[in-house]
Amino acid sequence: MAELHVELVAADRRVWSGEASLVVARTTSGDIGVMPGHQPLLGVLEAGSVTIRTTGESGEGSVVAAVHGGFLSFADDKLSLLAEVAELADEIDVERAERALERAKSDTDAAAERRAEVRMRAVAAR
Amino acid sequence: MGAKTRVYKRRIKSVKATKKITRAMEMIAASRIVKAQRRVAASEPYATELTRAVTAVATGSNADHALTTEVENPTRAAVLLIVSDRGLAGGYNSNAIKAADQLTNRLIGEGKEVVNYIVGTRGVTYYRFRERVIKESWSGFTDNPTYADAKAVAEPLIAAIQAESGAEDGVDELHIVYTEFISMMTQSPVQNRMLPLSIKETAEESAEVIQDNIKRGPEIRPLYDFEPSAEEVLDALLPRYVESRIYNALLQAAASKHAATRRAMKSATDNAEDLIKSLTRLANAARQADITQEISEIVGGASALADASAGSDR
Repeated sequence: MAELHVELVAADRRVWSGEASLVVARTTSGDIGVMPGHQPLLGVLEAGSVTIRTTGESGEGSVVAAVHGGFLSFADDKLSLLAEVAELADEIDVERAERALERAKSDTDAAAERRAEVRMRAVAAR
Repeated sequence: MGAKTRVYKRRIKSVKATKKITRAMEMIAASRIVKAQRRVAASEPYATELTRAVTAVATGSNADHALTTEVENPTRAAVLLIVSDRGLAGGYNSNAIKAADQLTNRLIGEGKEVVNYIVGTRGVTYYRFRERVIKESWSGFTDNPTYADAKAVAEPLIAAIQAESGAEDGVDELHIVYTEFISMMTQSPVQNRMLPLSIKETAEESAEVIQDNIKRGPEIRPLYDFEPSAEEVLDALLPRYVESRIYNALLQAAASKHAATRRAMKSATDNAEDLIKSLTRLANAARQADITQEISEIVGGASALADASAGSDR
């Protein structure tokens, strides 16, 4: 089966890379699913969760990551997800995210609240 | 103990204390280089992927974007100089400042007005002392820069370049001067033009390559879909590109600073060792001179006594 190579990179590290059969991400104009053979694409990502359905060497399964804004570029069956901050759902400390969410709500810090919500959603989608 | 010997002993003691300090600084710097190098390497995937994406948009769309097109008569150029907050790093700071001076002179020669942006206390004091105007400066993070620091630096620069040409705070070009980390032993100051777009190492070449690609147009460019549109993707992409370039420059400058410190402290330690050796020689000679003098005094005194008693016997 055809597969596409995914690179999920944050500004200061490579978060995940491997083979996948489907990647679902949220762009500014709505959710988009990319499968092998998709047309070359460049999109702006919204803060949200990205679901990667892995295949081939990476094994069958799915990887969920929280992405706080960034880009998606796809060409020649290679997909790059670029984000200033990106975390795998498995890495997210749920309790800490919950605490951060409460703190952000009480401080009415909209940016922090959104970040924490994105993390919680990514964990829920895991 | 003679007065001379005491002076030498005291100097040896103080040089030894200094040597201990420089040795410690050398070791600290050595361990920091490794860390800094690792951070440079870790930031690379993002930078390369981003560069690829920028190239794709620049070549794959006819979008006429403020950040990619050259202004016909550039009149103002921003120069971002990255040095460190502290000295004790040999020629590290002065080399970077010299490179910035060269660039400034060249730009002025081309009839452009230069706007200075500076990272690092050392550069700020140098410019202040010469009473040059600094548009904006940052300090406090040069040893260990984070992405948030790079964002803070990039923000006014992006605003300046996006401003209308001829506007009060607008600039037409953006140059960056920092010290490139080539290896543990070699770091060299580099001057790059960051905007209008230059993707490869040398600004002029790459700008031409992109221009050529754009001109040749449809036959070679892959048909990219832009989500939501080419203009909006460029709008979002180019600030990130500038940030990531500045982040990379900050990291490289930090690694270079640590390498320069290590080298400077190593030679300071070596010099201290040489100094201790020669001072020990001098101290030994002085001690020997003291002993010789004492012996000759004793011998002289004894023979004087012997002479005196021989005289009284007679």
